[in-house]
Amino acid sequence: MTKTRSLRWSLPTLLLAASANAADMPLNMTKGVTEISQRVYHLHMTIFWICCVIGAVVFGIMFWSIVRHRKARGVQPAQFHESTKVEILWTAIPVLILILMAIPATKTLIAMEDTTEADVTVVVTGSQWKWHYKYLEHDVEFYSLLATQKEQIANRFAKGENYLLEVDRPLVLPTGKKVRFLMTSDDVIHSWWVPAFAVKKDANPGFINEAWTRIDEPGIYRGQCAELCGKDHGYMPIVVIAKEPAEFDKWLAGEAERIAKAKAEEQELLAMNMSLEELMSVGERTYTAYCAACHQPSGEGLPGIFPALKGSSIALNDKPAHIDIVLHGRAGTAMQAYAKQLSLKEIAAVITYERNAWGNSTGELVQAADVHAVMQGKGE
Amino acid sequence: MSAVVTDHEHDHEHHDHKPSGIKRWFYTTNHKDIGTMYLVFALIMFFIGGTMAMVIRAELFQPGMQFVEPNFFNQMTTVHGLIMVFGAVMPAFTGLANWMIPMMIGAPDMALPRMNNWSFWILPFAFLILLISLFLPGGGPNFGWTFYAPLSTKYSGDSTALFVFSVHIMGISSIMGAINVIVTIFNLRAPGMTWMKMPLFVWTWLITAFLLIMVMPVLAGAVTMVLTDKYFGTSFFDAAGGGDPVLFQHIFWFFGHPEVYIMILPAFGIVSSIVPTFARKPLFGYASMVYATSSIALLSFLVWAHHMFTTGMPVFAELFFMYCTMLIAVPTGVKVFNWVATMWRGAMTFEVPMMFALAFIVLFTIGGFSGLMLAITPADFQYHDTYFVVAHFHYVLVTGAVFSIIAAAYYWLPKWTGHMYDEKLGQWHFWCSLISVNLLFFPMHFVGLAGMPRRIPDYALQFADFNAFISIGGFLFGASQLIFVWVLVKCARGGEKATAQVWEGAEGLEWEVPSPAPYHTFETPPVIK
Repeated sequence: MTKTRSLRWSLPTLLLAASANAADMPLNMTKGVTEISQRVYHLHMTIFWICCVIGAVVFGIMFWSIVRHRKARGVQPAQFHESTKVEILWTAIPVLILILMAIPATKTLIAMEDTTEADVTVVVTGSQWKWHYKYLEHDVEFYSLLATQKEQIANRFAKGENYLLEVDRPLVLPTGKKVRFLMTSDDVIHSWWVPAFAVKKDANPGFINEAWTRIDEPGIYRGQCAELCGKDHGYMPIVVIAKEPAEFDKWLAGEAERIAKAKAEEQELLAMNMSLEELMSVGERTYTAYCAACHQPSGEGLPGIFPALKGSSIALNDKPAHIDIVLHGRAGTAMQAYAKQLSLKEIAAVITYERNAWGNSTGELVQAADVHAVMQGKGE
Repeated sequence: MSAVVTDHEHDHEHHDHKPSGIKRWFYTTNHKDIGTMYLVFALIMFFIGGTMAMVIRAELFQPGMQFVEPNFFNQMTTVHGLIMVFGAVMPAFTGLANWMIPMMIGAPDMALPRMNNWSFWILPFAFLILLISLFLPGGGPNFGWTFYAPLSTKYSGDSTALFVFSVHIMGISSIMGAINVIVTIFNLRAPGMTWMKMPLFVWTWLITAFLLIMVMPVLAGAVTMVLTDKYFGTSFFDAAGGGDPVLFQHIFWFFGHPEVYIMILPAFGIVSSIVPTFARKPLFGYASMVYATSSIALLSFLVWAHHMFTTGMPVFAELFFMYCTMLIAVPTGVKVFNWVATMWRGAMTFEVPMMFALAFIVLFTIGGFSGLMLAITPADFQYHDTYFVVAHFHYVLVTGAVFSIIAAAYYWLPKWTGHMYDEKLGQWHFWCSLISVNLLFFPMHFVGLAGMPRRIPDYALQFADFNAFISIGGFLFGASQLIFVWVLVKCARGGEKATAQVWEGAEGLEWEVPSPAPYHTFETPPVIK
């Protein structure tokens, strides 16, 4: 008895709760923050209202007929069954409406595809499951990864405001400038989508696609990968911070300096040896961020798709091969090349971790210099 | 149109030497038996695919991962799509074709009865292979029912070969079914059954059958290239070997877009049969319906790349495919206008088949509207691969194709079983389905416009309330279909005796044979005036 009552109450309560909070979600396409995105929005609304009017007329006539022309009212059915005149009429009118609709759509489309005369060019490269951004005219490039904690996804921690829409290093773009994107991919097809710019373009491996935007207002804009790209397709967000041009230039200079400094540090590191403890701690962090999605936190992989590292003969015996795979990936498989994604220190640490975690107790240490040696083609 | 029915009850007895028990079903070459098997198979697949949809909706009920892993989630979306398209909708239409086409054109059976048996019996094995692959290490196909390369080649699991093999078998089955329909319609029409006297269901199926034999080999080619790319070192879709991943999409959608019409043209035929019956008025614009169906079929070969606007085509190509796609709205509109004109000044009654047909007209048109919106390329950039698309194709496939199949089942059930179905239960089934299906799919439009991508197992918090709502709609729609099974079982086991005509306004040869239709009908062709 109490059970049925609680069931009876729970459904309306839930629906009420849903409608109360629904204000959080916009019910329509965003107008966005670019001239193009606003034109797209207006096209969307125009075609929407055209459909509404046609729908109202057609369904109106249909429901009128359902109410009036029913046998229960004692009507006699008419027997007419063709009229070339009306057939021509209801073929011609839709054609006219469609032509009227096609004109603004064509203009907007041509404007969207005109990627000439760009002020800034960013190469966007998708890979499973992160984005890489490279400012073509500058020495600035970096990876952008999901920043939401695994514990939030697993419902162990409360979810933050930007759950699944936050990254460690956002793409920064200047406002008021024409930014051209060159999209490509390192593995499968991804699709770079930021609704506020009305830019959605596939990143195809081995090919380069173009798109562009000119952002009107500074702000933070979020998007996601829109093309199914494997297991963690849902965990590949995009965050763009739009800054005034002066601030953007300052940021760009700062980034260039930071990257140069990191490179210099890397050279110094070659002469240093790290302890097992330090390597294992950096290694575990790197493993969790870059490797665990496929090889799993337990190192057991997913049988049939991603091989296990736990007990694998490469992780136990063949150290040069191990370093080589992490650096250069494995052709014909989902294993990526990490040489340009991770620092020498991180690669050394993660290999050390893989050779000493989950009962893989080789006791071996891999140092940045070892990785560097394999990279230079003079492995042990 | 009238026919002289020469069959007598006792004539059948000595003709009907069919084996008893299970052997009857294995060996049968009778179009009615095979039709029944197709329909039962489709229903079973509908529930298996539906169970997968329930897993998807359970996981999406709340943000965060609750029940399944992302990899399994992708397997569910993939196999749900494959089963619903190839296992539920297409076999259901083939089942209806088997049952109804010979009876509608006054033929004694399908033209190629042994092939008919074979085309059905390979189907269960195709789906057995597909379903077994889910239990292999690494699981079944997880790259979406569209299996875009290189996700399905270099980056797919070990079970891909089984997926390819299974799709091959489904394709062979469909091609054989299509050949049978074409040969039957061309050769076995009763004397006097001229082309422009054929019922629209026969016309739409004839055109569908041509679409099938034209595009199923293309699908077979696509899966074969996936197979050789993955296992035999070719690089059709790999830029490193001179291939192109976008080529895959062109090939797939050259199959895929006509495939969409394969799943809706027979539905047009069904609705064109049901509406005149219950309006007690002949179909308005019969000839224009035939021409509209043919134009849709022709246009379906010119619009495939509207699925690919974001892949980076030249502007010229984008414009071409946008214009052609918009053009499809014209013949589709003609169909809807003709149905409404058929109802106009009729004398309508609202039995369950009519209710589903009316719901089809309204809800399929809503799917058509969102289709028109998707055709506008600049707007498509925002809609593409979001829940807006999911809403669109579920409106045309569930409230379109599936509703038409359900309508057809109610419409012809008395002819098949000899009993009237339970009208009250049927109305319950209709109203529960109608309300829940809209709770399920209508909010998806808004979720998509708000920016939720499709095929994700987890989502940002703003989408949470709508997704909970959608999931509840999904569970209710799933549960509502249990009423359908109840109606079917009840009707098969007994009920009020059906007359030969069954429905007051029904016209056509199938209504001139007794109910249930005898095992053999029209051994002597009827005379058509």
